[in-house]
Amino acid sequence: MNVSSAVVRAYGLVKTHGQGQSRVRAVDEVDLEVPQGQTLAVMGPSGCGKSTLLHLLGGLERPTDGEVWVAGRRIDTLSERALARMRRRSVGFIFQAFHLVEELSAADNVELPALLAGRSRRQARRRASLLLERVGLADRARHLPSQLSGGQRQRVAVARALANDPLVVLADEPTGNLDTAATLDVLRIFEDLRSAGQTLVIVTHDERVAATADRLVSMRDGMFVDDTRLAGSPTRGLGGLIGLGG
Amino acid sequence: MQDAVLAMLAKEPSHGYRLHARLRHSLGPLGEAMNRGQIYVTLARLERAGLVVCERADRLPERPERKVYALTPAGQERVTAWLAEVGWPKPDLAEFHLKLAAAAAARLADPVELVAAQRRELLRRLREAQQAALAEPARSGAGLLLEGVVLRLQADLRWLDACERAWSKVDDEDEGG
Repeated sequence: MNVSSAVVRAYGLVKTHGQGQSRVRAVDEVDLEVPQGQTLAVMGPSGCGKSTLLHLLGGLERPTDGEVWVAGRRIDTLSERALARMRRRSVGFIFQAFHLVEELSAADNVELPALLAGRSRRQARRRASLLLERVGLADRARHLPSQLSGGQRQRVAVARALANDPLVVLADEPTGNLDTAATLDVLRIFEDLRSAGQTLVIVTHDERVAATADRLVSMRDGMFVDDTRLAGSPTRGLGGLIGLGG
Repeated sequence: MQDAVLAMLAKEPSHGYRLHARLRHSLGPLGEAMNRGQIYVTLARLERAGLVVCERADRLPERPERKVYALTPAGQERVTAWLAEVGWPKPDLAEFHLKLAAAAAARLADPVELVAAQRRELLRRLREAQQAALAEPARSGAGLLLEGVVLRLQADLRWLDACERAWSKVDDEDEGG
């Protein structure tokens, strides 16, 4: 894979929390390249550093050491203002707890990032209605988050993450608060994004979510302990998944 | 599969190709690998066992499509018994468990590595089953079957997590002692 085709790159990434004796290396010398169009899942037990890694990749936190590059631009050395602008334009975030603005309708929540990025109200509105349609919520556009189910709220959050057509979508435990049916709805959208060529990094402890990815890395104590390609590997075919004997 | 074919004949006598189509419909993408020949082999076995009878549909040259199969009273009984049975396929975990123990004892391979390799394989299968499940329309019979396959794979993956934790601890103790 050509280096320049990677949307997100990290080299020698380190993040420590705390001081002195209680100093913990949440992320410990991680190297990573996520090529354009790849869905990458990061799995590991809680406290392994996977959420911190995601925050570093999206410029929500700055590394203690190492480099982060997004779309060919080094971001860990940017000023706060430039970093905020980079996040708005290039990165879409999806969180476990949705983080929707409770006072705004679903449509307004999705419009917000586009308006903040300087698009016209009309453009933002058109984009929002398109995205709500895409996540199957066109008929809920005027609802407040409190009038929506957990699964619907997360789908609004996915639509919001896509508002500025980001180069990469970063999702932190996106199904952590959802029941099975709602999880499937979100997985269906991720599958749709994946086949549309959206670059996606998903942090999760749910095997089902991880199984939607092309590639899976496992984290322990801030380090990658396994890196597996899930896509394109030969298997015995679907029939082999059930025992159909004569 | 013999029992399933018999039970499908309980509704009405049928041609082999109709049975094949009904099975394919129930299994969805999981039944794609099943060919019609398997059905005819199964029907021939059931006929020899006296559980079905075969009638020629008309006097045209003998071709499998011309045969109609029906349950005999013995076949009927077997269907009733099958429906009442509560047998359940046993997941074969013992073999993998013993593989880890043997590999560790003989120092042939690192059990943690074996678990990781197995985990990768199950994740690939989970991905395949899940993509098929997501592609099925809501409330399809095959979707329900795929959901079962997905849940079983998830359970196996959780067990592998437990294996990994246990064998990693053994490693640590070895190093420490």
